[in-house]
Amino acid sequence: MRTGHAARAFLAILSRELLRFVQQKGRFFSALVRPLIWLLVFAAGFRAALGLSIIPPYKTYITYDVYVVPGLIGMIQLFAGMQNSLSMVYDREMGSMRVLLSTPLPRSYLIISRMLAGTAVSIVQVYAFVAVAALCGTAMPLTGLIVLLPVLVLTGMTLGALGMFLSSWIRQLENFAGVMNFLIFPMFFMSSALYPLWRIREGSVTVYEISRFNPFTYIVELIRFTLYLQVNWLALGIVVASFAVFGTAALIGYTPRRGGPTAGHGGPA
Amino acid sequence: MIDENAMRDAGGSVAPLAVRSLAYAYGRKTALRGIDFTLRPARVTALLGPNGAGKTTLFSLITGLFDSHGGEIVIEGAALRKARSRALANLGIVFQAQTLDLDLTVDQNMRYFAALRGLTRRTARERIDRLLDAIGLQGQQRVKVRNLSGGQRRRVEVARALIDRPRLLLLDEPSTGLDIETRRWLIGQIHKLAHDEGICVLLATHLVDEVAADDDLIVLDEGKIVASGKVRDVVEAAHAASLDEAFTRLTGVGAEPR
Repeated sequence: MRTGHAARAFLAILSRELLRFVQQKGRFFSALVRPLIWLLVFAAGFRAALGLSIIPPYKTYITYDVYVVPGLIGMIQLFAGMQNSLSMVYDREMGSMRVLLSTPLPRSYLIISRMLAGTAVSIVQVYAFVAVAALCGTAMPLTGLIVLLPVLVLTGMTLGALGMFLSSWIRQLENFAGVMNFLIFPMFFMSSALYPLWRIREGSVTVYEISRFNPFTYIVELIRFTLYLQVNWLALGIVVASFAVFGTAALIGYTPRRGGPTAGHGGPA
Repeated sequence: MIDENAMRDAGGSVAPLAVRSLAYAYGRKTALRGIDFTLRPARVTALLGPNGAGKTTLFSLITGLFDSHGGEIVIEGAALRKARSRALANLGIVFQAQTLDLDLTVDQNMRYFAALRGLTRRTARERIDRLLDAIGLQGQQRVKVRNLSGGQRRRVEVARALIDRPRLLLLDEPSTGLDIETRRWLIGQIHKLAHDEGICVLLATHLVDEVAADDDLIVLDEGKIVASGKVRDVVEAAHAASLDEAFTRLTGVGAEPR
């Protein structure tokens, strides 16, 4: 693989994703509004009702809006990953996927480039959200936001890989609602995104146990700890392992051996 | 093990495309079996077959979208299985279904593809301008593909397939959905490309009238090659008076109305 060719192809995939994102103003708007509603409406109510004890990485009592920000950053990337997955299914139905996958570059490189491009879009959304949240008065450490960038690449790639794996199995756009209902929402709600795990355990041991085994919990915790310039090694390990599992599954899902789902319009011709 | 000599044409030069013992199945349903052929440089070869004969499956295998279940595909001397990138680098493709990004402009679509093929910005710019000029779409660079007619979109796809100067051009039923005038233009351009630029063209079609008298011909039916050679030879071997009649005899399917 020639480096110049590979770099040009990656930049083309990246700029196409960014261009599509900018062109789809509704997508950008909803990506920004969704977490802001949680922050400004949901958190405003919970601020008074929910007491939070001092838990790492926080060194003092915090308000609920401060607690929920890492979870909402995770949510942005989770939904961006699924949006990317939806976009892959759309590309397959529209035939653009055939153009990409018949490019004279290793298929794994093309798939990883597509994941990275989707991750870049999600990071733009994250920082747009953080900027608005800060303007609305939610306290966040500036240094932490800068240090967070490489972690966002890892977490975005992990969720992008999950989305890509799902897209390799979803044959039609119509099936996407099922994935949202049965995977994405449980993944978000049964995690530490909205409440600390100890709070969840007080309410339901079963949900607590599910949350402990939910990789999204560790994505949120990795973001939370990094934001406060600490390393949560357990979360880092589990996120890296999840990326390895989801990434491998996505690459397998897009091997030519599986034929139909990769190229779209599978079936005798 | 594939004999290297088998991948050369009769003149001893490396064949643009050589396919040996190719097979593919969708689950238990066999789509292709025992497919063997070699294309000649600077020639148009028509891959003629009724709907469902296996033409699109064959193209999906040649473009590396599917992995074959047996056999070998060699493009310009590079085996697809062993040297995928090198093999695909020689290939230009127009898929049966439209594959342009509707929300991007003509220019953005072309530049995206050029970058995927590794062309520098300057080279891409020069070639895009020249190709759009050749297909009569100069001045339409900034128009979104969504706003083009079906015929214009097809022209853009042909231009896009040529941007990296391929040695082998695959066209999968490119005239689908086009009006007669655009179909004539397209088929004429394909033959001109082979003649003037020395490009080898494999044209999949189910329309007998898209096959020119001096084309090479492969007739595919129910996943296997039932006849191949020059058009005249295929007609003679089928004891037919015309290609229409030969096609009907070979496949049991009446030729499509012109």
